[in-house]
Amino acid sequence: MTPALVVHRVRAGYPGAAVLHDVDLVVPTGVLVAVLGSSGCGKTTLLRAIAGFHPLDAGSISVNGVPVAGDAVDVPPEHRRVGLVPQEGALFGHLDVAANVGFGLRRGERRGPRVAEMLDLVGLAGYGRRMPAELSGGQQQRVALARALAPAPALVLLDEPFTALDTGLRAEVREQVLTALRTAGATAVLVTHDQQEALGAADLVAVLRHGRMVQVGAPREIYREPADLGIGTFVGDAVVLPATARDGWAETALGPIAVDGPEGYGLILLRPEQLRLGADGFVGATVLESVFHGHDATVFLRLDDAARKAAGDVVRCRTTEPGSPAAGERVRVAVEGRGRMYAGDPAVVPTALSPTAQPRTDRHGVDE
Amino acid sequence: MSTLQTPTPAIGTTVPPRPPARRRRRPGRAPRALTVAATASGLFAVAPLVYLAVRALGGGLATFLSVLTGPRTAELAARSIGLTAAVTAACLVLGTVGAWLVTTTDLPGRRVWGVLLVLPLALPSYVAGFIWIAQWPELTGFAGAFGVLTAVSFPYVFLPVAAALRAGDGGLEEMARSLGHGPARVLFGVTLRRVWPAASAGGLLVALYVLSDFGAVSLMRYDAFTLGIYTSYRATFDRTPAAVLGCVLVVLAAVITWAESRARGRAVVRVGRGAARVGVPVHLHRARLPALAFVGVTVAVSLGVPAYGLVRWTLAGSSAGIDWPELGAATAATLQAALLGALLTIVVALPVGMLAARYGGRWTGAIETAAYAGHALPGVTIGLALVFVGIRVMPAIYQEIPLLVIGYAVAFLPLAIGAVRTAVAAAPPRVEEVARSLGHGPVATFARVTLPLAAPGVAAGAALVFLTCAKELPITLMLHPTGTNTLAVQMWSHTGAGAFAAAAPYAVALVLLAAVPTLWLDRVLRR
Repeated sequence: MTPALVVHRVRAGYPGAAVLHDVDLVVPTGVLVAVLGSSGCGKTTLLRAIAGFHPLDAGSISVNGVPVAGDAVDVPPEHRRVGLVPQEGALFGHLDVAANVGFGLRRGERRGPRVAEMLDLVGLAGYGRRMPAELSGGQQQRVALARALAPAPALVLLDEPFTALDTGLRAEVREQVLTALRTAGATAVLVTHDQQEALGAADLVAVLRHGRMVQVGAPREIYREPADLGIGTFVGDAVVLPATARDGWAETALGPIAVDGPEGYGLILLRPEQLRLGADGFVGATVLESVFHGHDATVFLRLDDAARKAAGDVVRCRTTEPGSPAAGERVRVAVEGRGRMYAGDPAVVPTALSPTAQPRTDRHGVDE
Repeated sequence: MSTLQTPTPAIGTTVPPRPPARRRRRPGRAPRALTVAATASGLFAVAPLVYLAVRALGGGLATFLSVLTGPRTAELAARSIGLTAAVTAACLVLGTVGAWLVTTTDLPGRRVWGVLLVLPLALPSYVAGFIWIAQWPELTGFAGAFGVLTAVSFPYVFLPVAAALRAGDGGLEEMARSLGHGPARVLFGVTLRRVWPAASAGGLLVALYVLSDFGAVSLMRYDAFTLGIYTSYRATFDRTPAAVLGCVLVVLAAVITWAESRARGRAVVRVGRGAARVGVPVHLHRARLPALAFVGVTVAVSLGVPAYGLVRWTLAGSSAGIDWPELGAATAATLQAALLGALLTIVVALPVGMLAARYGGRWTGAIETAAYAGHALPGVTIGLALVFVGIRVMPAIYQEIPLLVIGYAVAFLPLAIGAVRTAVAAAPPRVEEVARSLGHGPVATFARVTLPLAAPGVAAGAALVFLTCAKELPITLMLHPTGTNTLAVQMWSHTGAGAFAAAAPYAVALVLLAAVPTLWLDRVLRR
């Protein structure tokens, strides 16, 4: 089956400043892809190029097998069959909800059953006569989705649609939007800088870094087997330690750990939830600080002298145990599951990637 | 890649036909039709000016130079510049002190004073001048012109300075106090410096207003540039001197406009972020009475005198009998001319405003500058230029409504462009993109999205132009059709004959007519 969207070696940008470098992306029909990247990585430019608002310098884009951009082709946005849900909804303020949803339909259908069907889909049945200004931010966002879906586009693009919402509302609206997308069986590209959102919502995650597509895969794959350390530390909290790997095992400050990846000297990537605190761990450590999150806690540890020399100062781990240890307590640390090895000189661990990362209250601090 | 969700077809059963692969210009470039229309508007705005220059040189370079270097030109220039400088200086003092008293001190009733100090702006200079000369016939010449023009134009300084003081950070003054500066040092070292950009921008507006003013200087028989041009135009068959003088006036006005735009660009009220703090009001203590006297006298002279005069002379006129049919005809003529003027101005302004709001660039800048020519063109010169155009190029509409309406459009295009530009810029481009992605072409998007969203702002611009057209004197005087007399023309001819009682009803009708769009504008802008 023809993929809904094929982006092939796309280069785009502004005079004197390339933004996208040979970006490839294939979105099968019916799939929700999250394009994940920090601000300024080019994800919005990519979206605008797909929608037809940003010219390509090279490469091509096709929608449902029809070339829409590249190689002497430039289909105007109105003929691309690509729906758009911008960051803050961008509803037409002078039209009521029904007219907003019916905007992309043919004249005869604008007051027809399709509008009601779409409003029903996003859980806003009966809201047709309201004006956009009378809706909450989340409702506006859902109307924007209904509007984009109404003309049955080949593809829907969502540009950070939840960023402008309050934290409390965000998860709820996200759930409603995702449900609507799945019910409609729509193909969608969701652009976001929020790792949790990308991992939790999408069938596929495409990581965009400095205008290059560095990894495309299922959320688990991206989290467990990131293509490089940068991706690994970007998509989630990480513990990175120097290690020597041989025959599927790595020697580390936390003891021997089963690994995948290259042999020899390098760095091992672990997730904080792989570290277990208990009486029978391999090394001893002192708890420096314990940050309580409700459902779990992040514990910052200082490893004992011998291990410290190799691992650096502070190691973080996530624990779900009811009684997480308090600052000053002595614990032992064990590692569960497999780690991921990356080749490289352990002596030149960039500080941002080192396990000495300081306590961060904001999970998304890396990308802002 | 791991397992994917089972592919399902996109919703909807009918699949629209595949789009034709079309070539298209790069996004970010304006549609050609818009650029062409905007260029036409720009040419429309500068054409009269160009024609004026051509006409000035029409009598040969020798004639041009002899008029340019003649004693009459120097004399007029000296009078105009002198008056402009004096009024501007007076307005700077009145406006700044008034704004400071009203916004930062504990002056009793400062909210009311704040409104009263803005109102004189609504009074055309020739209405104020008419009342002054009717009250005090001996007050002619420099003193009269100076008084009238100061009284009607000081709000141009008051408004921006008051806004700067309100928007500014009162915390700055507190900071200066905490650093050991006394109240006087704070006033001169911090507050006045802070509002200077706003004050100078307002001052330049006053200067432009005074230089272009025709009504007040004529009534006060102060022989300034505008009056000189008008007299020269009326007096002789050879209109070359008028054209040359017109060109000189344009150059003077252009210099002031240029200076004003520079000053406006620098008028930064606040730097840095964070909430602006309103400082504690300055206590006037024993200066309270003098301060009250200051604002009281200002309001009495600028507002009380005209109000009293209008009432007095209207009563005198009504006892003598008002010519109601004549008044009705004049009102109808004013309405017709001003409505048509507002309509044409908005139509010409739309492409320029849209281009400026959406697609910047060198060419857009050039068109905008051209379209703003009217801002620097005193009414007298626009009238004069269009008289030439009418006689030579379009005799069919000379002294007909269309030429008058064209004159209004040239003069007030900047007002309309500003309104259109702001209104279109306020409609987010994202919304237009969504409309495009929903299958609408650029034209349909404009008609169904941009225009409806911008409509209130555009309508406000039209109301502003209507108001200004209704009040305009010199252009109307020079271009109005013979026999069709607007309120301004009627008032003018009666005043000229010394029939103040007969002139008063027209002035009242004019003020009332202007009040309707003003009130509506005020409501729209406050929303």
